Amino acid sequence: MADPVTNVETSSARQDGTDDVIQVKDLHVHFHTALGVVRALNGVSFNIPRGKVLGVVGESGSGKSITGLSIMQLVPPPGRMESGEILYKEKPDTAKPLNILSLGRHSDEMRAIRGDDISMIFQEPMTSLNPVFSVGHQIREAIMLHQNPNEDEARAQSVDILQKVGMPNPQRIARSYPHELSGGMRQRAMIAMALSCTPALLVADEPTTALDVTTEAQILELMRDLQNDIGTSIMFITHNMGVVAQMCDEVAVMYLGRIVERATVDDIFYDPKHPYTISLLRSIPRLGTNRGQKLETIKGGVPDPYTTVTGCPFHPRCPSFMPGLCDTVLPVETIIEGKDHHTVRCHLYPGSTPEQVADGDGRVTGTSGTAPNTGRAN
Amino acid sequence: MVNFIIRRLFAMVITLFFISIISFILIELPPGSALDAEIARLQALGGNLNLSQREALEERYGVNDPIHAKYWKWISNAVQGDFGNSFQYNMPVTQLIWGRLGFSIMLAGSSILFAWLVSIPLGVYSATHRYTIPDYVITVLQFIGVAIPEFLLALVLMVTFESVGGLFSRDMETAPWSFAKFVDLLEHLWLPVIVVSAGSTAWLTRVMRANLLDVLNQQYVQTARAKGLKESKVIWKHAVRNALHPLIMTIGGVLPALIGGDVVASIVLNLPTAGPVFINALRNQDMYLAITFLMFFSLLLVIGNLIADLLLAWVDPRIRLE
Amino acid sequence: MAVQAGSADDTRAVAKKDKQDAGQMSQRQLMFRRFKQSKLAVFGLIVLFLMYLMAAFSSFLAPYDYDAIDSSSSYKAPTKVVWAGGPAVCGEVQTLDEVNLEWKYANDCTKTYPIQFFNRSYPYKLFGLIPTNIHLFGVPQQPADANAVPTEGQARPAKLYLLGGDKEGRDVFSRMLQGSRVSLTVGLVGVIFATVLGSILGTASGYFGGAIDNVMQRVIELIGSIPTIPLWAALAAALPGNISVVRRYFFITLILSLIAWTGLARQVRGKVLSYRTADYTSAARAAGGSHMRVILTHMVPNAMSHIIVVAALAVPATILAETTLSFLGFGMQAPAVSWGTLLQDAQSIAVVTRYPWLLLPGVAVVLALVCYQFLGDGLRDAADPYG
Repeated sequence: MADPVTNVETSSARQDGTDDVIQVKDLHVHFHTALGVVRALNGVSFNIPRGKVLGVVGESGSGKSITGLSIMQLVPPPGRMESGEILYKEKPDTAKPLNILSLGRHSDEMRAIRGDDISMIFQEPMTSLNPVFSVGHQIREAIMLHQNPNEDEARAQSVDILQKVGMPNPQRIARSYPHELSGGMRQRAMIAMALSCTPALLVADEPTTALDVTTEAQILELMRDLQNDIGTSIMFITHNMGVVAQMCDEVAVMYLGRIVERATVDDIFYDPKHPYTISLLRSIPRLGTNRGQKLETIKGGVPDPYTTVTGCPFHPRCPSFMPGLCDTVLPVETIIEGKDHHTVRCHLYPGSTPEQVADGDGRVTGTSGTAPNTGRAN
Repeated sequence: MVNFIIRRLFAMVITLFFISIISFILIELPPGSALDAEIARLQALGGNLNLSQREALEERYGVNDPIHAKYWKWISNAVQGDFGNSFQYNMPVTQLIWGRLGFSIMLAGSSILFAWLVSIPLGVYSATHRYTIPDYVITVLQFIGVAIPEFLLALVLMVTFESVGGLFSRDMETAPWSFAKFVDLLEHLWLPVIVVSAGSTAWLTRVMRANLLDVLNQQYVQTARAKGLKESKVIWKHAVRNALHPLIMTIGGVLPALIGGDVVASIVLNLPTAGPVFINALRNQDMYLAITFLMFFSLLLVIGNLIADLLLAWVDPRIRLE
Repeated sequence: MAVQAGSADDTRAVAKKDKQDAGQMSQRQLMFRRFKQSKLAVFGLIVLFLMYLMAAFSSFLAPYDYDAIDSSSSYKAPTKVVWAGGPAVCGEVQTLDEVNLEWKYANDCTKTYPIQFFNRSYPYKLFGLIPTNIHLFGVPQQPADANAVPTEGQARPAKLYLLGGDKEGRDVFSRMLQGSRVSLTVGLVGVIFATVLGSILGTASGYFGGAIDNVMQRVIELIGSIPTIPLWAALAAALPGNISVVRRYFFITLILSLIAWTGLARQVRGKVLSYRTADYTSAARAAGGSHMRVILTHMVPNAMSHIIVVAALAVPATILAETTLSFLGFGMQAPAVSWGTLLQDAQSIAVVTRYPWLLLPGVAVVLALVCYQFLGDGLRDAADPYG
């Protein structure tokens, strides 16, 4: 899927990030279904700084879960990684980062990374544990695979980790089956399993969405504590801005398979740039606002996945829509002036059109002329 | 667990009670009473019965009793092991059925085993290699397997392998049990087993494939992969174990087919099982014999379902708790 | 991709890729499209359509009366069709085997007799209504031989037995056509009975729950506890032997549906149960909708596609059951024929090895069953177009 627009945008992508655990570059993932091609990711680029929590925010269907699965190389068929790179640096002093996508999905190298270097917890604690094996058995499995093949020691280790995640009676919990535990307990067990091999990165895909608010708060606190303890980086996928405020150091906002804004958590909340981010924040109910005032919603819905939107994908719903520009030209990622780590993809900000990029870099390339046309179609 | 078994056994007794009622109705259903058949037999041997003789016989057979009294008489005898007389063979039904039923049970048992041993690996392969040529081949075979009538398959296999059927070679048929006879049995058993289990194997393969595809979409399979487990271990340990659950439940559905298949196949294959005698009894309206077989087939089925329930409880911890 | 280059309002609309865009299609269109994509299902549908068409025109297509006995054609091998300016059959010469005292027949292809199309032969009623004697094809007997005893050594046109003859010398091809009328319809009619019964009982069971559901479930379990084929056989054996063909047909379908409904009822019950707890049902009830109204406007339309799929998948099992029953001698009785009764002739291995064409009705059974399964599977996938 060579798309000149995205080529331009890659060349302008941020190249710093001296110590990132993960660097994702121009990732494209498509699902080839019987009903057509779904372009789940359309050139996603971001980095996860070591030891930090990166929040990935977006509505359902924005591609945030697929991004998480891509890092594990677990995108289910018919999903296919069309292009892009995911660079993984195990330690700060690792000389050459490893491109995860260069490993085979089922290769031994990839499996050695999964669960050991990078692990993942999922949204539904009710279904993410295997109902026919005891919790202890399932945690033990990862430990024995990656760290210690001795079953008895692995058993002791799994009880330890269950204790660490705040299970009241770890020995008994280890022997029990998932259906005997509550949702919160199961998610603790999942976290225990994911952290059992002290991974460099934990991908948490909406880990608290299915839980009630009190349990959610406990789980978030637990994750934050463990993160401080172990120093694991976390990619925290969520659609809940409140959770983001509580958990994350940095935030990437996704819309329709692209990252539209990327900033520190403070900047996102106090100085959001992208109209989509602004709308997202406005739609959160807040204490202290006037009663009777209507809560804002983002008009329209996420377009159906089989269609492609020309220009900026957000334009049909955007309050600052500029006819002639937003519906034809795809904005590229631009750095907000004066802020190194704040990028946005929106025509409201200078440097967003491919022409401007070319001019700004002092390079005149052929792409500047063709890009708007490709946006328009055929 | 003990509770579970006791409850199941109780339900089983109730089921058998109702089956006995249905069976009895089936005995009484054909036009003409058992006595008519007996009288016809006596007349065929020469000589007519006068009215008083006839009345004496009616008294003895309880022809004019109310239906529940007849049922009570029949079932109380049946519980004591007396299932009435076969007119056709003119001997108690019990003497006719045991040996035949033994072979039927053996055949049904081997067929289940065969169906499982073949359908699980095939189903797993088919599900994990979707839309490949072997998957298509398995799918087509499985369509044919379900579609082909047992007797037709039996005939085709007999022609192909130049077999004459039966469970033993001619010289072994009446020989006492020995190791040689056992080997001879095994040499003959494969053909009936294939014939009887073909449909069920095909069906179970399809069920296994569908189940596994279902399970492979479950989150816990993804969890297992995210741990870094080998794909083969993800499938055989985490997925198959869960996909077996509905498969075990289908035993209940497959057993009737196996028993029915045995009945049909045994006719073409000349097997010393219950099938041919049962069909013959039905043809000749030898109802006590036929229905006794039907009762025992049902008993087999009910026991099979009980075993399936126990297996299920063994495989799935969620059911154990109930 | 085509974007309307019109007004600004137009351009704000989501661009359509093309007319086939899945996002823009209705549920029904999606189902149809999904069904068409399944090549096997379309193949199954076409073959079944042809088979039913052949059954409807069976007498027109059959060159001979299916029940006409001809001792001189006993176990006649399929007739060889040669080309002589058109399809034709060879002459046939009859000789007496003096050792075994049997008539022997030999082909004499020096003389050929053309196959005539739309020729006139035995009379029949098309669709049971229109009396006619036109058949698609046939080889006319020489007028002189019509009633005459064949002379030894003299050639006469061979009978056109495309698929050979049976023991009584009847044309297997014509018999198969005739048999298809019973075999292809018994399953269908039986399943229709069963579907109506199963849908009503299943809906009642799932919707009202409680005691009704309990009783229904126990009854279904009870029927499931008796092996199907033996139970069918026992029921069919209990039918009186002297009833008419039509009544026997009716009873057989009834017996088949007596057991087939349980599976359907169970499936429908499961569906209805899940709808019953759905919010829209509670909403309809809260809005004052009667039970009948909720069932008819919410349950039935929702379950419809599911019912059709389950029914389609139940047809092959029922056809198979009829074939097996008839094969065992408990189904249709002579003079009625079905594929199962035709296969009765093929019970012994000795006969089958010598006259393998007697197994051909079995091939027809397998073909019909496989096609029904293809169709059912395609329908199932189509009913769940997002699956």
